[in-house]
Amino acid sequence: MKNNPQNLLRFTAAERANHWLVAICFVLVALSGLVFFYPAFYPLSQLFGGGVWARILHPFIGLLLFAAFGLMFVKFRDLNRITATDREWLRHTRELLNGDEQGLPEAGKFNGGQKLLFWLLVACVALLLLSGIVIWRAYFSPLFPLWLIRLAAVVHAAAGAGMIALILGHIYMGIWTSESMAGMLYGQVRRPWARLHHRAWFRQMTGDDQ
Amino acid sequence: MALQSLDIKRRSATTTPSAGIRSTPELAKLIDVSKCIGCKACQAACMEWNDLRDDIGTTAGTYDNPRDLTEHSWTVMRFAEVEPEPGRLEWLIRKDGCMHCADPGCLKACPAPGAVVQYHNGIVDFHEEHCIGCGYCVTGCPFNIPRLSRADAKVYKCTLCADRVAVGLEPACVKTCPTGAIMFGTKTDMLKQAAGRITDLKRRGFAKAGVYDPKGVGGTHVIYLLQHADRPELYSDLPDNPSISPMVSLWKGAVKPLTSLAFGMIAVGAFFHYLVKGPNRVPEEREQEVDQ
Repeated sequence: MKNNPQNLLRFTAAERANHWLVAICFVLVALSGLVFFYPAFYPLSQLFGGGVWARILHPFIGLLLFAAFGLMFVKFRDLNRITATDREWLRHTRELLNGDEQGLPEAGKFNGGQKLLFWLLVACVALLLLSGIVIWRAYFSPLFPLWLIRLAAVVHAAAGAGMIALILGHIYMGIWTSESMAGMLYGQVRRPWARLHHRAWFRQMTGDDQ
Repeated sequence: MALQSLDIKRRSATTTPSAGIRSTPELAKLIDVSKCIGCKACQAACMEWNDLRDDIGTTAGTYDNPRDLTEHSWTVMRFAEVEPEPGRLEWLIRKDGCMHCADPGCLKACPAPGAVVQYHNGIVDFHEEHCIGCGYCVTGCPFNIPRLSRADAKVYKCTLCADRVAVGLEPACVKTCPTGAIMFGTKTDMLKQAAGRITDLKRRGFAKAGVYDPKGVGGTHVIYLLQHADRPELYSDLPDNPSISPMVSLWKGAVKPLTSLAFGMIAVGAFFHYLVKGPNRVPEEREQEVDQ
């Protein structure tokens, strides 16, 4: 399928590289963050060279994630504006999870679920950055009052947990929806796939009225 | 177990019980503020025993020296000139340092297993070799006690001379105090001692004399005897009713294990969804509708 000239370009090489940079950062930042989240996850610190290294590295990886995610935000912001069609799409979650997309309104390049995920991730990353700076003891915490540090600790844990849950869902949808991973790995998707899952985008790309 | 006399009762970031077959009497240090003359011998003794030397600082126009607790200064005399009643000046000198809470906010907040421990005798101790330098204990403490060192990114505070106590000695500050303002023994004995002194103070016009052993943190193993126990804020802002902040409880409470469980449920749920619904492939009949 990689070499079929009929395939549609879904993501450019730069977009894919950007996405996977965010993904790698996320895996590292989530695993090192879980170390401080709950004792059961403390052994994950071994992946980073121990608890002290996990504590040192976590915020820097977080900053890298923020920078890479910021680029994605700028790039995909306009494509993710939620419309009335998207809201209608979101009302059909049950059918979608049954694998029945017949009754769903036509999705553009991104469907309602993907757009919702996008904005929830934007919120999580923004909260994580702001609260993370406040609880970054080595450099910034002494600048803030104690009550704010305590609040930031709660916000950081909640936003981090929320983001992990969202990404778990995101990864699963990528696995479950056959061929969608190809779009993000190789940049191209097959026409029947595009027509089935993103009909409006398919038409826009092909000028086809099917 | 390092020393039987230092059996650990509670350990940070540990969800299973620590050694608990023996019971040790709870100990306490009683600081009688009404007997303190502010000589700072306790500070010197603390430096001596724990081998600590603070940097030379600056003065703020008070006797406080150093001006605050640091990783090198685990106890600091705080001098307050107050008028509890108009026209009646009092110089209240409080020896500040770790209170060794029965319910320690530092231990609750710490994410590193065994970096903060509480012994059966009530002493709360930091084990720097397990400390990862995150500073969460600083966030958790209701008394603003732990200090993170810039040199090694470890936290330090008063150990109540756990190493001395373990072998039957009193803390260094207690041993050195020339007026007997600092006493040490079982908590029961210290409360008894305080009760006698309170009667004495009341006779001498301090109607509100009393013990500072705040219940909000389950009581403490450093207790103050205050002339004005109804107004602890007079003593350089000793908190009135300290407790672990609700934010810290929320941050470190039941939500986290439940969230951890939720992560697992999402993963298991997704797996079974895949088993039941199968992969979401493009159906054969839909393949035909598009020219490839």
